[in-house]
Amino acid sequence: MNKILLVIQREYLARVKKKSFLIATLLTPLIFPAIMGIFIWIALEEKGNQSLRIIEVIDETDLFFMESSEQYAFTSSGDDLEEAKKMVLDGERYGFLHIPKLDLTSPKGIQYFGLENPSMSLIGYLEGALKRKIEDQKLYEQGIDPKVLKEIRTDVSIQSITLGEAGEEKINDATVNYALGFATGILIYIFIFVYGNQIMQGVIEEKSTRIVEILVSSLKPFQLMMGKIVGIGAVGLTQFLIWVVLIGTLSSVVMGVLGMQMPQQQAMEMASPEFAEVSPDSGELGEMLQVLSGIDFMALITSFIIYFLGGFLLYGALFAAIGSAVDSPSDAQQFMLPVTIPLIVAYMGLFVFVLQDPTSTVSFWLSIIPLTSPIAMMGRISYGVPFWELALSIFLLIGGFLFTTWLAGKIYRIGILMHGTKPSYKILWKWIKSSQ
Amino acid sequence: MLQISQVYKSYGNHPALTDVDLVVPKGVVFGLLGPNGAGKTTLIRIVNQIIEQDSGTVELDGNRLSPEDIRKIGYLPEERGLYKKMKVWDQLIYFSRLKGLSENESKIQIKSWLEKLEIASWKDKKIEDLSKGMAQKVQFIATVVHRPSLLILDEPFSGFDPVNAEIIKNEILELKEKGTTVILSTHRMESVELLCDHVAMINKSKKILDGTIREVKRSFRPEVFQISLNQLKRDLPMEWTPRLSDDAWEFTLPLAGKTPNELLSEMMDFGEVIVFKEQIPSIEEIFIHQVQATSDE
Repeated sequence: MNKILLVIQREYLARVKKKSFLIATLLTPLIFPAIMGIFIWIALEEKGNQSLRIIEVIDETDLFFMESSEQYAFTSSGDDLEEAKKMVLDGERYGFLHIPKLDLTSPKGIQYFGLENPSMSLIGYLEGALKRKIEDQKLYEQGIDPKVLKEIRTDVSIQSITLGEAGEEKINDATVNYALGFATGILIYIFIFVYGNQIMQGVIEEKSTRIVEILVSSLKPFQLMMGKIVGIGAVGLTQFLIWVVLIGTLSSVVMGVLGMQMPQQQAMEMASPEFAEVSPDSGELGEMLQVLSGIDFMALITSFIIYFLGGFLLYGALFAAIGSAVDSPSDAQQFMLPVTIPLIVAYMGLFVFVLQDPTSTVSFWLSIIPLTSPIAMMGRISYGVPFWELALSIFLLIGGFLFTTWLAGKIYRIGILMHGTKPSYKILWKWIKSSQ
Repeated sequence: MLQISQVYKSYGNHPALTDVDLVVPKGVVFGLLGPNGAGKTTLIRIVNQIIEQDSGTVELDGNRLSPEDIRKIGYLPEERGLYKKMKVWDQLIYFSRLKGLSENESKIQIKSWLEKLEIASWKDKKIEDLSKGMAQKVQFIATVVHRPSLLILDEPFSGFDPVNAEIIKNEILELKEKGTTVILSTHRMESVELLCDHVAMINKSKKILDGTIREVKRSFRPEVFQISLNQLKRDLPMEWTPRLSDDAWEFTLPLAGKTPNELLSEMMDFGEVIVFKEQIPSIEEIFIHQVQATSDE
């Protein structure tokens, strides 16, 4: 046991002391918001500088009056199609919209001409506007006054509240849940891949530089393998915790800059019982705060750590086994597939099933099966998961990593001493079966 | 010290060691010889408990090998390496502690070894910044830092320049003086004759020879005498293929059933005997001869 600790310590310090670790750890939480910020900034800049795009309209029905927006202005200077097309070709107009005589019950034949392929947003904008006009027209024909119509039109947004067992009410927001599930799921996926690869590289390094022969004369191969997996896992965990602290600090600074209440005051307010009662009229900003306060971040972080560790140990053992079986990283490719496929299935499942419908049968199984559960379950956590499902999933995950570790141990102890042979799956199976 | 009895080990259908018996007495340098693939590394790995024999026993100081014995054994594998990005000092501490030494004990030992081999000023350098010879000194320290009573060196001189090889050779002899038992596995026969008290040869998974250097040489002398004559009284028979060197004729003759004295008196009839000396084979000659003999079987 003592020797495993020594290996853990070495693996941990050798990585944490590296400058590249420090840089990656400090910069990553800044890079993503920075990239997002740059894109938003560019988009805003573009919007601001964009000259109004003028679109010529020829409306043979005379029913549609297109309202100009910040981006698009509509003109109508004649009925000549060729003239209008020429205006587009000459660059006088950005595009040209032709509305032929229409049957309102099935409007067809509306055309848009432009020099460039129109963006989705432009077509969407035009379609939306025309659809509304046609609907208005139909309602008008049914005898509804446009004034009344305007009054009828209302913006609705639903505030969704979950009822807790104790009767407390929590505001939640599908978007926030989605974002959290998305972020944590992806993070686990990335962590397993990045740190799993480090395990593999580390094993290959020890094998190819022949350090391993000296090491295994001092301790059991299994101790060496476990020490490496746990040590590198601890590096990942350290990185994650630093990120939590960094992002926590950064976001409270940002909130402070935005003129919001300081986090301490917030916390005090949240602690007061009245806050638990949702006030329906507390503006959008307040609502956002209520949504965030409704999320149990401790539970989220705790389950992240559990699923990160479980998933990491499960896959880490497999990565170690692959590393031990080959002589160089390029030989590892052939064995990577069976390890990558379940990870990618989990990753795809996260988007296609889990985040879309966290309680569906597919989502349930994805979050129970140990190979996919670390990623899939993270997509469900923020929506709330029944306790028994969580317990079952974690129980199976522990069983899963015990199994892969046992399997990997069998391959590892033979593989690390084998040089110059390119093992096949058949040989690996022989190693697993051999008792010695 | 080390007693290996009836050890058998196979990889699949291929036997690596077939019923090998060996006794390594305390305080000797024991040469383990054999061509590549003979089973030397397998035997060494079994003694180091890296792999386990299929049958047979290995006893150290009269007890069956146990995990506690790791501390008593120092092992320098033929294929060896160090962490390139780790500092000399950290690396030695790591290996020493893996062998079971406390941190303080490790520091004291490593410090004295670094000074002894004159690389103390390099202790904060990474291995990748060291010359090959220096890295090998570090490797040697890593092998002996825990003061093992049994030292197993697999091709210890491969890759050493002559100066460093000499240093290591002297360290090995010094450790032997202090009572350390050394098992030396090598192809370099000249170092075997210089260092070893005892040799064993393995070929094709079997032990083919075992004994002290003197015994082995004795049992393999070809009973051939090296003779040198001058002032010839009679012509020498052509089949002896004599060569003239300076003013003496040199040739070799087998005893062919005679005693040395009978052969000598026969020679005296031909002329003045200047040299009459039994040919003693070198370990290398015995090695090659034995390997060929067993391979032809």
